[in-house]
Amino acid sequence: MEFQGYRRPNGKVGVRNYVLVIPSVICSLGAAEAIARNLKGATYLPNVYGCAQAGADREQTKRTIAGIGSNPNVFAVLIVGNGCENLQAKELAEAIAPSGKRVEVIEIQEVGGTKKTIARGKKIVKEMLAEATIIQREPIPVSELILGTECGGSDFTSGLASNPALGAASDLLVEAGGTVILSETPELIGAEHLLAKRARTPEIGQQVFDLVAWWEKEAIATGQDIRGTNPAPGNIAGGITTLEEKSLGCIYKGGTTILEEVVKYAFPPSKKGLVLMDTPGHDVDSVTGMIAGGAQISIFTTGRGTPTGSVIAPVIKITGNAETYKKMKDNIDIDVSGILKGKETVKEAGRRIFEEMLAVASGKLTKAEKLGQRDFCIFKIGVNF
Amino acid sequence: MPARSKAIIINERDNVATAIVPLKAGSWVNLATQGRQEKIKILSNIPMGHKFALRDIGSGEDVIKYGEPIGKTTAPIARGEHVHVHNVVSHRGRKEGA
Repeated sequence: MEFQGYRRPNGKVGVRNYVLVIPSVICSLGAAEAIARNLKGATYLPNVYGCAQAGADREQTKRTIAGIGSNPNVFAVLIVGNGCENLQAKELAEAIAPSGKRVEVIEIQEVGGTKKTIARGKKIVKEMLAEATIIQREPIPVSELILGTECGGSDFTSGLASNPALGAASDLLVEAGGTVILSETPELIGAEHLLAKRARTPEIGQQVFDLVAWWEKEAIATGQDIRGTNPAPGNIAGGITTLEEKSLGCIYKGGTTILEEVVKYAFPPSKKGLVLMDTPGHDVDSVTGMIAGGAQISIFTTGRGTPTGSVIAPVIKITGNAETYKKMKDNIDIDVSGILKGKETVKEAGRRIFEEMLAVASGKLTKAEKLGQRDFCIFKIGVNF
Repeated sequence: MPARSKAIIINERDNVATAIVPLKAGSWVNLATQGRQEKIKILSNIPMGHKFALRDIGSGEDVIKYGEPIGKTTAPIARGEHVHVHNVVSHRGRKEGA
């Protein structure tokens, strides 16, 4: 089984071919945006972090941004720094360099102001775009795909229709030798024993329990409790009563295969098959983490509806709620509400999702891409100083 | 799951069902799961996607959906009654006694 993708110098495969402009810090975000503007094939990372950060928080920001730059959906990278920031542009360039792609750095303080930076940046990006157009898609085995699964704006249809259907698609991808990332650890609370039971080794199973215990402890340590934020008001209106109920519906989306590995936020999986990434329940933090970890494509189930996309990767959205599909047709790609009406089986819907994923991987645009929905944010684990 | 059913029981261990259309208090619902046939009188108005009890559930008992506990009741719930945040509380992610 194959799709049409871009083979990169390091052997990895992209499903898109972006030239990406990365501001290493919020101070250079304006310049980065101006550089990418009106250049077809170029895009910029809306990064608002990169300064006044320390320790593990700084490390996580660096790893996430470098992961996005290294993702095979990106052909080449221009990093735009200000100059004095905590997360230096050159440091990011060094972290992206092992991917084998062209990486350039310019800094506003060194070049001498925003206007000159934009002019120099545009020149570099135009060169990169000329190089990018030479690259052609070629047949690629499906086993090269890393799929990031996500759910958000859940309602009762998520656990009954869209998540089981995505689970069926996840199983098809694992069966074909590919990788599926399950995410959102807080939304394993109440369902962790079912996932741990499917772990390849007892150690991996224990990692699942440990991660969930950490999140639960964090929630309690805030002096509040997790029920104040999860389930969210929309979840509750949609019929979800407790976090456990939401979680049990959530884990369906990873399918039924063996859990091969647990990775921390924005780290690349080292195994194929089903992998758990430790991300928060915040949708865009989570999708960003998986794409920074190497996922080229994401599939996102929703009950209430969501516009989420990503800067450098297609995000396919699915709902099992017929009303939501009707109301948010410009946001949602696939309607699997037939499952609840008895018109389609979960397996049939899963096959349809899998086929759509291959079409999108081969170049078909998602609704979020057509709308220009370019979400990015990082799971922050420390304060700004 | 049977087509045209107004509600779904996901697992045979469940003590709640999910309405897939809005249900009116006083109406009757036919349910079938894994050979089990149920005819239940609905006691409260149940919005689409919300749950109702398949049997009487005592106060402090587990609510079971997907075959797993999703929380415990804070009041007795009668067969056919709405089961939601007003009478169920999560077991997890909360302070002791909260």
